[in-house]
Amino acid sequence: MITKRIIPCLDVRNGRVVKGTNFQGLRDVASPVELGKFYSDNGADELVFYDITASAEGRRLFTDVLREVASTIFIPLTVGGGINTLEDFDRVLKCGADKVSVNSGAIQDPGLVAAAARVYGDQCVVLSADVKRVRGQFRVFAKGGREDTGMEAIGWIRRCVDSGAGEVVLNSIDTDGVKGGFDLEMLAAVCEAVDVPVIASGGAGCEEDFIKLFRTLPKVDAGLAASIFHFGQVRIPHLKATLARNNILVRL
Amino acid sequence: MVGILDYGVGNLFSLASSFRCIGQEAFVSADPRRLEQADRLVLPGVGAFQDAAAKLRASGLDGFLCRQAAQGKPLLGICLGMQLLFQESLEYGCHQGLGLLSGRVVAMEGRLPPGLKIPHMGWNRLEVSRGRLLEGLDGAYVYFVHSYFAQGCDDALAAVADYGIPITAAVEKDHIFGCQFHPEKSGTVGLTILEHFCGI
Repeated sequence: MITKRIIPCLDVRNGRVVKGTNFQGLRDVASPVELGKFYSDNGADELVFYDITASAEGRRLFTDVLREVASTIFIPLTVGGGINTLEDFDRVLKCGADKVSVNSGAIQDPGLVAAAARVYGDQCVVLSADVKRVRGQFRVFAKGGREDTGMEAIGWIRRCVDSGAGEVVLNSIDTDGVKGGFDLEMLAAVCEAVDVPVIASGGAGCEEDFIKLFRTLPKVDAGLAASIFHFGQVRIPHLKATLARNNILVRL
Repeated sequence: MVGILDYGVGNLFSLASSFRCIGQEAFVSADPRRLEQADRLVLPGVGAFQDAAAKLRASGLDGFLCRQAAQGKPLLGICLGMQLLFQESLEYGCHQGLGLLSGRVVAMEGRLPPGLKIPHMGWNRLEVSRGRLLEGLDGAYVYFVHSYFAQGCDDALAAVADYGIPITAAVEKDHIFGCQFHPEKSGTVGLTILEHFCGI
């Protein structure tokens, strides 16, 4: 059967990993290629590279980095950040991305998901949703979680999946950075609404949080995190061994 | 030298890179004269069977592949490229494949136990029954992304993966090989498989 996936997320600005730190045996922790290789050699099931650059120069650096990553790392790569048009899909896919993650682009252009799914296939289009509770309602946020779109999140995610998004990354703004565990309530609502893979993001602080995630919500396919992996608070090989001991199927 | 067929389907960057990573020269081409120089051929592919089969035919590479296969050149089909090796596919109607292997490609929909998501996407375990390509890799995990699978390929079947039902994961007959999964996305296990192919 398909295993649960553990996915580190690398934020890249001007060709360098932001927040990468503290790794024994790594010469350059801010190098996306070195850090990506380290994760790939140490049990990551997939990597997400997020381009948080605004400038054209930074974008060019990012695609150079991506090409280098894809020629040295042979596990699935998802790429996001600044994906607003089909040309953006084309640009990162040609550099070796397997899946492309859309966030604000899907909010600005409601036709983007459907258009991309038609050209590249559903499996290639990942919807990344930043969601936060506003007066008891799950709302979609744009611009890296800074702007309330006023849209109810679960219905919106369902519509994007109906249009062709083959996977959903749910990032709970409410639990993000708190390290108190994933947002199980929000994840349960999304799992109930869609039948494509759901990736939990935001809130993981320790191994126990992943056990709780996969035990409570068997429909969740993957857990994504950034800083706890980058800072070495959670080591992926150890995490996967712990999950396996708890009868959660992982690739060892 | 490995020749990777470019017939306008899918991204071949990772595939070419993975051969280079194991020290094998590889090139991507749509030109039969150039591909003919290769010691072995790889037929990649993602997307819909019908489109891919049509593109293969339009490029004239279907006849080329069949002639090369008849001459005994090792051929590896990957994902949709594996499915194209069979006689036919029932994806959106009935479409002819290359017919290098007997069997047909059918939808997962309606054939899986309830609760399993389609596509079959992620890491799954190989149950290897025979063959050279996957030698020593029984129980290894590889990466799949597909919604259709090959059936009735009994004499060529080399490995399955369990997804509620046994899903054809790899086929092998003489010098014709196929992987439903992506060796170029399956980490060190995948690179080992490509090494095996290059050693044949």
